[in-house]
Amino acid sequence: MTLSENAPIISISHLDKTYDDGFKALKDISLDINKGEIFALLGPNGAGKTTLISAICGIVTPSSGTVKVAGYDIIKEYRQTRKLIGLVPQELTTDAFETVTNTVNFSRGLFGKKPDPAYIEELLKSLTLWDKKDNQLMTLSGGMKRRVLIAKALSHQPDILFLDEPSAGVDVELRKEMWSLVRKLRENGTTIILTTHYIEEAEEMADRVGVISKGEVILVEEKSVLMKKLGKKQVILDLIEPLNELPSALAAYDLSLIKEGQELIYTYDTNANRTGITTVLKALSDNNIKFRDLNTKESSLEEIFVELVQEK
Amino acid sequence: MINLPAVSAIYKFEMMRTWRTLAQSIASPVISTALYFIVFGSAIGSRIAEIDGVSYGAFIVPGLIMFSILTQSISNAAFGIYFPRFTGTIYEVLSAPISPLEITLGYVGAAASKSIILGLIILATAAAFVPLQIAHPVIMLLFLVLTAVTFSLFGFIIGIWADGFEKLQIIPLLLITPLAFLGGTFYSISMLPPFWQTVTLFNPVVYLISGFRWSFYEISDVNVWLSLVMITLFLSIALGIIWWIFKSGYRLKA
Repeated sequence: MTLSENAPIISISHLDKTYDDGFKALKDISLDINKGEIFALLGPNGAGKTTLISAICGIVTPSSGTVKVAGYDIIKEYRQTRKLIGLVPQELTTDAFETVTNTVNFSRGLFGKKPDPAYIEELLKSLTLWDKKDNQLMTLSGGMKRRVLIAKALSHQPDILFLDEPSAGVDVELRKEMWSLVRKLRENGTTIILTTHYIEEAEEMADRVGVISKGEVILVEEKSVLMKKLGKKQVILDLIEPLNELPSALAAYDLSLIKEGQELIYTYDTNANRTGITTVLKALSDNNIKFRDLNTKESSLEEIFVELVQEK
Repeated sequence: MINLPAVSAIYKFEMMRTWRTLAQSIASPVISTALYFIVFGSAIGSRIAEIDGVSYGAFIVPGLIMFSILTQSISNAAFGIYFPRFTGTIYEVLSAPISPLEITLGYVGAAASKSIILGLIILATAAAFVPLQIAHPVIMLLFLVLTAVTFSLFGFIIGIWADGFEKLQIIPLLLITPLAFLGGTFYSISMLPPFWQTVTLFNPVVYLISGFRWSFYEISDVNVWLSLVMITLFLSIALGIIWWIFKSGYRLKA
């Protein structure tokens, strides 16, 4: 089956997963992932992120629904779909006694590819693992093990890469390195799906964000649209003279005092036709309230996310 | 189309594990078997009468090889699949473009290969202690291979069933060892009282040892064809269970 340019690379339709103990991990999930994008699956712990990934990769058997990868069904045509996918699991699961090179070559073989020492060398070098290639895995630090897992996932040159909680237990330096690696992969056309409960990761990396909570996808949106759609902006005014309370003439505006009356905050909707900033500033001047500085602040994905999950 | 690189990756991985644990995988069973030869074969054996015209030391050789093959096949294969389940590295095998048959081929093939190599090493060791003859080498090899494969399959099943290291040991120790000892490793069934001879026929190991011994000395407790039928039956049972495990995802997939 061939795929047109614009067809989604992964197409999930009405996917359910109920575990043997009756726990519904995924509820009627439908979601399309576009070719070449970075998609962040955002949700609190236990939301179903790992189950969703595991179902696509073949580690968990779906209860109902279908998943197609590049047009192939993940159950009936698992050989075609799995070849296209690389998975970096959340847990640092490695064979303690194997060496870095052996374990990466093992992964490549497992995915049906002939040995390619040149590619593996390049891969290990790009992950700064080349010096450690003959080390046993148990001698490596947590960050190094994470790199090994990434190398294993990339060993068969997959078109799609799943990163399950890539930042878990990773220091700032490695996190930045990983982000730049992910961007490089995207430039080469790899589709990347990452799960995270760190908003900043989604905010930093993703083209699109899907929010998952209690087994349901509650929102899928372009990151910028999401930020705009739900984003509130605030103007913070640093007052020259602190106010004890707001003058009644200003009660009509969404204003509040913080820092013992030293700062005045005006909250407005960035999508509204009229943000009301001019009117507010004029009202302030009419009431003889002066300020020495003015800042604006956008709400972060984190705030948006907390709001969304609470609404549910 | 079979994913040969994957089968070979698993096979090599498992064989490498043997190489790393050479003392445990090869040396230890060889030494313990050599001790049996010294104690039962040479020391005590010289005071035991011949059985069906075969010296006692030579008589126990096929039984001892079979005993090693049974226990080693089971523990090798069980450990081979249990360990990745225990550490979590099994995720990679489950997410790879590889069929259940190929997974089984890789793990069981490696476990059976090790057992066969081990069996041949023990055979060579035995030849140093007692005079040996192998009347039917091809049938001897056939029994060796069939038994190694069958019991590696059973070991693979145990490795999937086990949810702790203790369970890995239970079957070889509590089931296979007594069955092998009571199944004619050290004596001929015909030396037992008639009632116990009948009871013994319910012990599957009897058929394996008897057939294997026949290939050496042309003496057997049960007909060699019956032995072949039985080993084929055990093999089919093991394959059936494995087919069911992969079909149902039992203990491998949620």
